[in-house]
Amino acid sequence: MGHSGGVNPFADPDSLARALESTGYLPDAGIATVAYLAQALGRPLFLEGEAGVGKTSLAAALAEIRGSELIRLQCYEGIDASQALYDWDFPRQVLHLRAVEAVGGLTGGDADLAAVEQALYSERFLLARPILAALRTPGAVLLIDEIDRADDEFEAFLLEVLSEFAVTVPELGRIAAATPPLVVLTSNRTREVHDALKRRCLYHWVEHPSLEREVAILKRRLPEITEALAREVASAVGKLREADLLKPPGVSESLDWARALNALGAAHLDTGAVALTLGAVLKYREDTARVESAGLEKLLAL
Amino acid sequence: MRIAGGAASDIGVNHADGRARGVDGAGGAVRDATGVFVGFARTLAAAGLPVGPGRTAAFLAAIHALEAANPRDVYWAGRCTMAAEPDDLPVYDAVFAAYFSGRTRNSLRPRQRTLQTTVPLPARDDETTPDADAADQQDSPIVRARATEKESLQHRDMARLTAEERAELAAMIALLRPGLPTRRSRRRHAANQGAIDRRRTMRAMLVAGGEPGRPAHQRAGRRPRRVVLLVDVSGSMAQYADPLLRFAHVLIRHRPWATEAFTIGTRLSRVTRALAQRDPDTALRAANDVIPDFSGGTRLGEVLKAFNDRWGQRGTAHGAVVVIFSDGWERGSCDLLAEQVARLQRLARSVVWVNPHKGRDGYLPVQAGIVAALPYVDHFVAGHSLATLEELLEVIRGA
Repeated sequence: MGHSGGVNPFADPDSLARALESTGYLPDAGIATVAYLAQALGRPLFLEGEAGVGKTSLAAALAEIRGSELIRLQCYEGIDASQALYDWDFPRQVLHLRAVEAVGGLTGGDADLAAVEQALYSERFLLARPILAALRTPGAVLLIDEIDRADDEFEAFLLEVLSEFAVTVPELGRIAAATPPLVVLTSNRTREVHDALKRRCLYHWVEHPSLEREVAILKRRLPEITEALAREVASAVGKLREADLLKPPGVSESLDWARALNALGAAHLDTGAVALTLGAVLKYREDTARVESAGLEKLLAL
Repeated sequence: MRIAGGAASDIGVNHADGRARGVDGAGGAVRDATGVFVGFARTLAAAGLPVGPGRTAAFLAAIHALEAANPRDVYWAGRCTMAAEPDDLPVYDAVFAAYFSGRTRNSLRPRQRTLQTTVPLPARDDETTPDADAADQQDSPIVRARATEKESLQHRDMARLTAEERAELAAMIALLRPGLPTRRSRRRHAANQGAIDRRRTMRAMLVAGGEPGRPAHQRAGRRPRRVVLLVDVSGSMAQYADPLLRFAHVLIRHRPWATEAFTIGTRLSRVTRALAQRDPDTALRAANDVIPDFSGGTRLGEVLKAFNDRWGQRGTAHGAVVVIFSDGWERGSCDLLAEQVARLQRLARSVVWVNPHKGRDGYLPVQAGIVAALPYVDHFVAGHSLATLEELLEVIRGA
């Protein structure tokens, strides 16, 4: 095969799906296929979807099955290369310089001076930020979270790094990844990401899970809750997602909700328990008002 | 981009069982399967997806990597390599179904790429036609004609111009120099006073061989604040649509990354991309192609809801100056309109409502839509002439 895909210990999407399931992340066919392709083709994965559908946890699960580290770069406005790539540890450099001076290490002439200068810009004083760390960690998963929050200049910079999987530190030279990391980018679509960046990636729109899958996720992640409660919560959350709310609940909300109900000792969903715990699943006053006025019992019917 | 680069020699889909066959690496003889897949990619491109050679090569590489044995694999291989946003997905699904069920290319109606930004709303039986809108316009308070020959074009109502005057007005709009609002940025810049910039101070010390020197300072910089323009293109606003879209064009050209423009009517259409072209006339034509509901009815409430759901709440309206150009003729529910304008006001920095009719003598904000929306509007201004558009720029800058 001519693809320089890096580490890909999985023969096909199904075996990848089974491995993901063993970590507690239950993928659907689309996610398994796309994640498999990202590894096989060595392309970054670009994930979009409603908040709370499990974009970030997919990256964590992928790191776990690859037996490697998840290196996360949270994007924000104003992020620049020194926060994403590398930086020199200035305080330690100054300290080093003063220490050399104090022990009288600079008396030996030009050769010494050159050695001290070189020591100043060595690995010792290099702070590897997430992207450099990912390039130097074999098989790492690099999660670039919420790329839409960064400025568009940062996208151009990222494009460069993702196409080469190498960075150049002027004082040290080029640092290239022996095995390129698996890169996962997420976006909440607050801003359109440039098509040039998307073209390098495999695009996937992450959907809310189906009822059966959500029941399975709840049981898997919260083994302490009963099957009946898992099913009722998943069904109620499914109804809430169709109820035209400002913020439809994601998987993380259904997990929170099930946890909250369980903490109150509820083995079943009833209007009393729902009224007490609605704040775990709905985060807007308008949404709560709408659901309450429509009648909480509507959520209960299976 | 390793795949696209090496694609030509890489796309070899050869399986012993012959499920999928294609180009063999060295010879390059195109066999059936690759042709079929490339045809699929081209059909998607014709249907408006952003599919070029790079994405087609990625698709073939994905097919190869999956040893695509079943339709499901082909579906996902194509979807993750050739779709680029959620709006692409319904188109992709339709093309996939049609193409692989054996229908011909021609049965798929080619559509413009930009059309996909349109949000369809459920049809309503009381849908108004342009004629009905025109009739409504007749009902509006009779406007006293103010235009005299002496009056400069500057103050003339844009709806009452001759063809030559319109061309002149277009040229004058193109000359507007917007000063747009800014906000504090998180990014800090070097300054003579302000907080100590530790990084630069340390760097200066390093240069001086570790000797402490004068501390460097930094200050928060300023970034453009986002401006969102929502232009009503329904029948009752048709006369103003052209100059207002030109106005939007000027703003978008001025700050392409911090300006968004949508048209509202019976649907929500995003025209930012179309209006980003340099030449105003080309941009206007491109925008017209995107707007399916020109001179139709108005369902402001529903369309604003679509905007809030799809764009506003996700971030487009956060901290932005939102400018709505509309006369407030609402065919739908005014409660919904009020609710959505209120929601918009909570998201946005400020909401400016521009009503061209406000500039007319004897205007009273009595239309149900305006009455419903006004409590949630920060600035209510006229926008019927060039002079009022200039005033509007001042309002936007200060908003």
